This record gives sequence, structure tokens and C-alpha cells, in this order.
Amino acid sequence: MSSLAEITAVLGDAVEESFEKGPEGNVDTWVRVKTSAWREVAETLREKLGYDYFCFLSAIDWMPSPYGRGEEDPTAEREPIDPTIRQGYAGGSTRMQVFARLVNHRTHHGLTLKADVPDDAMTIDSWVGVFAGANWHERETHEMFGINFAGHPDLRNMYLPTDFEGHPLRKDFPLLARIVKPWPGIVDVEPLPGGGDDEGGAE
Amino acid sequence: MTMLGDRQQLAYIASQAADARVNVELETEGMTLNIGPQHPATHGTLRIIARLDGEQVLWAEPSCGYMHRGYEKLTEVRTFPQVTALINRIDWLGSFANEVPFILAAEQLMGIEAPPRAQWIRTILFELSRIANVSLFLGDLGVQLGAITPVFFAFRDREYVLNLIEGATGGRFHPNFDRIGGLKDDLPAGWIDETRAVMRKMRKFCDEIEGLLFGNEIFEARTRGIGVIPRDVALQYGLSGANLRGSGVDWDLRRDQKLPMAWDKIDWKVWTHPDGDSYARCWIRLQEVRESTFIVEKLLDSLPSGPVMAKVPRIIKVPEGEAWVATENPLGEMGYYVVSKGELGPFRVKIRSASFNNISIVPWLLKGVYVPDIITILASLYFILGDIDR
Repeated sequence: MSSLAEITAVLGDAVEESFEKGPEGNVDTWVRVKTSAWREVAETLREKLGYDYFCFLSAIDWMPSPYGRGEEDPTAEREPIDPTIRQGYAGGSTRMQVFARLVNHRTHHGLTLKADVPDDAMTIDSWVGVFAGANWHERETHEMFGINFAGHPDLRNMYLPTDFEGHPLRKDFPLLARIVKPWPGIVDVEPLPGGGDDEGGAE
Repeated sequence: MTMLGDRQQLAYIASQAADARVNVELETEGMTLNIGPQHPATHGTLRIIARLDGEQVLWAEPSCGYMHRGYEKLTEVRTFPQVTALINRIDWLGSFANEVPFILAAEQLMGIEAPPRAQWIRTILFELSRIANVSLFLGDLGVQLGAITPVFFAFRDREYVLNLIEGATGGRFHPNFDRIGGLKDDLPAGWIDETRAVMRKMRKFCDEIEGLLFGNEIFEARTRGIGVIPRDVALQYGLSGANLRGSGVDWDLRRDQKLPMAWDKIDWKVWTHPDGDSYARCWIRLQEVRESTFIVEKLLDSLPSGPVMAKVPRIIKVPEGEAWVATENPLGEMGYYVVSKGELGPFRVKIRSASFNNISIVPWLLKGVYVPDIITILASLYFILGDIDR
């Protein structure tokens, strides 16, 4: 099994930050790499360390949703939402991050790769030349997050109509159904049988 | 809106096809064939646009999105226990199996583990989902290749398995039975004996299908050597499940991954086939249904006693962190990348469904095949529309 030390040694300067978690023998690994090295890293991992199985590629928008979770009591005054962006494992400095998972199909060791996507350019290199399977994943990420993949042959929409405006999985894209009609899950607070000091709420 | 989308798509196809001039001497005229969205061979509403030259496919492209329900967005406004009701509907033929990886991811983040009995029952129900799901595939396979009998057998015998799932969970198709920390209920009285009887029945069903289809000359002629996926291409596209093992890659997440489930507690076999063609993929699925019946029986033999629910707070807050858990679902690798910010619900859930990757190979695979083989190849890849679009 390739350890994190081995991976960082092979990737060299491209690694920004890494993270490991899990019990002995079942460790999961996160590595954040430089945006400019995104494609190169995939190639290196595949050729040198045998990470030849492409699992998935997607993105995360780390901005807290300005609309909340839509579960508050609609009659009460809304609590202000903290707009600070906090990235997850292996850190980061931008609102959008792409992340992908590669697996070594012989050792079965999986690896989550992350890379920052610059807020102003929203562009990162495409992986299609390295893993043909990245094609559809990048198309999906493009339409859902508005991230461009330089070198992708055909970034057409997969799901939405061609003239759809907006990127649904961005946090600032409102889920209209929730806004026009509050979700009853939390609002309908009824006491449980047996009483007790319930904090209220549905199961 | 859709009209505009379609027109642009057709213009795109035309421009692609113009490049691919074959048979220049014969001056044959190309044709664009639209298969679906409503077609008996597509398990839902998958549309395939194929550019043909005579009987040969020059270019083909699946058009998805007819069933996109935006589950990844919806999970962001649900609490953790509520998410299972949504993800039940991703692969609707093997619903229980969809719930398991998500619940495992939440449990991993919370640092809890279900009690042994719950792990065993989870694994049993997981395998029952596989039997119900893949036995329908085996029946449908016949219909798609022109044999009508297998589908009657499949619907007849799958019913017994669905009855078992209903008996244990209360839901035939959407159990919504898995909870963070364990299961909703224990097994009902008499269920175990009934399950053993049904497993014997399902093995008989496998024998029948094997005799009907796999020994059949026409079936072999239509599947052998059709839609061959080499090993390295399968890995590049991230194929999983029987599609990957059909290309000779010996990889099964049930065996090759440490999860708090019961698969590693018993002996069973992972089936692979070196050919990589449609026949290999179908053959592996048949063997896997049969293997699953043995897995269920062995797990029933060793079923531990005890509670089925760990101690969890009534209001579930998942600590901040990220977790990736994938399991070997009936269709292949199904995984959830869960990001929690320590709130009642997830911050982001990436759903990695098996069919999305499995079907993304179609444009590559259909290039150059003949029209009747389109259906064979699609059938052998085996996808569920809800699992592609999510």
C-alpha cells in the first residue's frame, strides 16, 4: 500500500497539504495539490504509483448557503448566517474546490485529491486526456458549479436545458421549492408520547 | 427550452457525422436514429442518438437528464436521517443497498458502529436487494434479446424476495429501514425459515435461467464477442460491478474493503470472467445472484443475537468532517462523499452512482457496432435510469 509519505515524495512540489484519517489498515488519504499541477498529478499517480481506477470527479462550494437550511420557523426572526468560508480536510483558500478520487486497483488504496479553483478565473485543467471517464464527470461539474475545464472536448450540459441560467449546486443558487413553501419537517413540532424534556423536532 | 436543446444537439451530431465519411465509393446516405426516451430496452427514459451508416453505428451518444431530480442539492436541506428517504430512489430496484453506504458514512463521522446483529441483518438485506435487482436483469435480458419466457420467471420469483424485504422492513421497494446506529426493527418471527426456503427457490430460478439463456445458441451468438471492454479501458472509465469483473479485474468492494458489515465474516467467492464481452457480464451477474443466495444462508447460520440499535442521541448532529464510503451495490460501486459542518444535515453530499460511470463508456463502446448489438450492449451494461441521473 502506498503510504502518504510515498505519495508526497513522488508528487513533490505539487502537494499543498495532506491529511490522513482512519484506523490502522483502513486509512483514508486526502491530498490537496496546486491548481496548475492538477492534470500532471493525475498522470504521475497513474503512471508511477498505479492509481489507475478513476472513481469520480466533482466540486464543492465552500460558501455557507445564504438561504440557510430552510428548516427554521418561518414566523420567527431569522438568525444571521456566518458567511465565513471554512474549507475541509487538507485546507484550501478558494470558495470552489474540485475533488476527485483515484484508486489503485491492485492494493485497493483510494485517495481523494483536491485542488483550489481560482475565484476569478474558475478554470482548471481537464483530466479527459488522462482518464477518459472524467469526460462526463467534468461536464456535470461544469453545469452544476460553473467550473471550466481547459482542454475538455465538449462541455455541453448533461441534465439541464442548453439555455438554463445559473449553476444549481452553487450555494447561492436558491432551492426555490424550499423558499416558497417552508419544509414542515422541523416546523411541525409536536410533543412526543411519554413527554419528557424534548428539544422538540421530528425524527 | 427543450426544443432549442434538441436542435443544438442535432446540429452537433450532424457536424460530427460529416467528418466521418465512410463508404465514399458507394455514396451511402447516413441516417440519424433516435432510440428512446421511451423504449422497452432502456429501463426508464434513456435516449440514445446514433448516427448510422447502413447498419453500422458511426457515432452514438446517450442523452441523460430526463430523470434528474437534483438529489445532491436536496440533501443539503435535509437532516441526516431524512436523506435515506431520498437516496432510496436512486437505484429503485435495490433500494436498501443505496441506504447502507450513506448511513455508514454518517456513522463513521460520528464514530459509532452498529451492533453485530444489525450489521448481519444489514448485509442480509443488502444481498436480498441484489438478488431482487439482478434477477430482474436476468429476466429482462431475455426480452431484450428476443426471448420472452425468462421475464415471466423473473417476475414470478423476484416476488418472493420482495415479500421477504417487505416482511422485514415494511416496504417492498423503498424500505427506508436503515438508521444511523443500526436498524429500525429486528427481524419478524418466522422470517429466517422463510428466507431459507426462498433462497433455495432462487437457486432453482438461476438454474432455470442458465438452462434457458446461457446454453442457448442464439443467446451465445448475440452476446459472445459483442461489446468487448478491455481491462485498462474499464479502469479508465471507472466501470464497476459485473462490468469491471467481466473484463477480468478481480475487484469486489465487499471483499476488498474494511467496513462494519458481515461479508468478511464468511467464505464466499468473487466471480470474474476474462473475456470482457456482453456474455461475460451477463454470466457474472448470474453467478453473483447464486453466490448471494449462499451468502444469505451462511449469514443466517451465524446470525448473532443482541440489540439492533446502538445508543445514539435522539437528535442527530454529525461532527464536522468528511467521509467517503462506497459499497458493492447490485449495479456496481455506489459511494457517498459526505461533508458535514457539524449541523443537523450534510453540507454537501456527492453521490457516486455506478450507472453514471458504467454508461459513460457507451459512446466509446458503440462506435462501429451494428444496430441490433446496440440493445445487447446496453442490456449487458445494465443501468437504472435513476442511478444515472440521480
